[in-house]
Amino acid sequence: MTNGLLELFTIFVLAGFVGIEVISKVPSILHTPLMSGSNAIHGVILVGSMIVLGSAHTGAEEVLGFIAVILATLNVVGGFVVTDRMLHMFKPRQAPPSAPAAPEAPEKPADGSAA
Amino acid sequence: MSRGTVIDLCYLVAAVSFILALKGLSSPKRARAGNLLAAAGMALAIGVTFAQPHLDHVGLIVIAMVIGTAVGVPAARLVKMTAIPQMVAAFNGVGGGAAAVVSITEFIGSDPKQVATYKVLEVVFGVLVGALSFAGSALAFVKLQELITTRPIVYPAQQMINATVGVASLGIVLAILVTSSTALIWVLLALALTLGVIFVLPIGGADVPVLISLLNSFTGLAVAASGFTLNSNLLVVAGTLVGASGMLLTRMMSTAMGRSLPNILFSAFGSVVTASGATESADGRSVRAGTPEDVGTLLAYSRKVVIIPGYGLAVAQAQHSAKELADTLMARGVDVFYAIHPVAGRMPGHMNVLLAEANVPYEELKEMDEANPELATADVALVVGANDTVNPSARNTPGSPIYGMPIINADSAENIVFLKRSMRPGFAGIDNELLYDPKTTMLFGDAKDTLQKLVAAVNKA
Repeated sequence: MTNGLLELFTIFVLAGFVGIEVISKVPSILHTPLMSGSNAIHGVILVGSMIVLGSAHTGAEEVLGFIAVILATLNVVGGFVVTDRMLHMFKPRQAPPSAPAAPEAPEKPADGSAA
Repeated sequence: MSRGTVIDLCYLVAAVSFILALKGLSSPKRARAGNLLAAAGMALAIGVTFAQPHLDHVGLIVIAMVIGTAVGVPAARLVKMTAIPQMVAAFNGVGGGAAAVVSITEFIGSDPKQVATYKVLEVVFGVLVGALSFAGSALAFVKLQELITTRPIVYPAQQMINATVGVASLGIVLAILVTSSTALIWVLLALALTLGVIFVLPIGGADVPVLISLLNSFTGLAVAASGFTLNSNLLVVAGTLVGASGMLLTRMMSTAMGRSLPNILFSAFGSVVTASGATESADGRSVRAGTPEDVGTLLAYSRKVVIIPGYGLAVAQAQHSAKELADTLMARGVDVFYAIHPVAGRMPGHMNVLLAEANVPYEELKEMDEANPELATADVALVVGANDTVNPSARNTPGSPIYGMPIINADSAENIVFLKRSMRPGFAGIDNELLYDPKTTMLFGDAKDTLQKLVAAVNKA
């Protein structure tokens, strides 16, 4: 095992723990945006795709790299836009437009605000 | 500082932004900012990649990115909120495909004789997992879009065939490790694509979201593998974050359904449809169908009404009508809230998204554990297009396929009203005894249409 590999492996293991630790505090109300948001984050493969296309030597590598950049771009832009659209809709109650009686039990604060 | 160091520091900033983004998603207030932060980090990472030394074909890169953006942004902008699960599947699939292609390209671009075995291992892992995620997500998309049946697809000796393809893939992996053959990597790609398809075929209905979550996690791992191949800390961190969190989310989702992950993946759950479209079940029990006028009056003079939405509400695009009914009732002083089952809709949290789209404040949404005690004192449980998530056989019938799944206790309310298109069973394909409960009134028809009639009836009452 080379030093470079060991370094990457260390990062891999630590990132795994961070991923679990950060996610375990997400309320279920946000599970779908979370899935969509993390989906956008693995779109970082775009950086890898750019490097691969940018260092292509043969025609075959160029074609494959080109395909990879298109696919990865789709992943990034689609992922972030869909997640943002979803989260855009989570708003706290606005000032009541027609003053409804709103007899809602106030004992519980908004989901997840304690996290 | 050299240019390389600056670029690497920017990658570190991007990695931190991803971690903070996931953390931001822990609160509805900070979630949007978190997502925008991740997007900014991503933009930074992509931007500085253009400054990488020895980056050729910049024109080609830009053209490919323009094509991807031109397709991706409209697709993401125009998709209906009900179609979110299949969009996530699609965007996940292309990510997995990109990871597989990156690994392959890196492999065929290097001299196989000089590649260390662990490098080859990283490549075959990236190809196997990335391609599996690509093909599996594509099939999940086709299923959720209802281009083919949403139910599990089974055929004779299925497990046997799947196992054979799996073992064959592992055999090819070993052969590649020994020979470093570039020809065999294409064979592995074909096998991994096949594996993705046959793995997903027997998974159907409500289980598909769990599958997407798992495939999302797989894509993360494939990206991490590409990161090992390319020696990129950023790819390893981001891919592993998604891989680890996706695994955890997948487990949370299967727990919410009261089932184990292997059971979801391998049991072809719900492939047998037990009830037909009749209004009477096989043993002759009959249901009570009501009119919107009767139910409207009942609602108008209730103290507490709990709305239990399910995927039927989403299909009928009835979230706005449901809010209208809730607002009308609240204006009369009725206590109204929504009880949300963790897997209502087709993904955890999917129902929250749909109701948020209709401007329902999230304070009015109560999760199952919070809603169940309140249901005992509710006058009416209004079930809109939900079925399996209120089926008491999950509590009472040990032999039932959904036995053990936590449910919303609609049956503890004084009156139960079901808005349903027909007597057809839910995703799980099993009968719901609650429909035959003497406390239950059925309102057949399109959920949106019925809700609007209810609003009119409440206003007249």
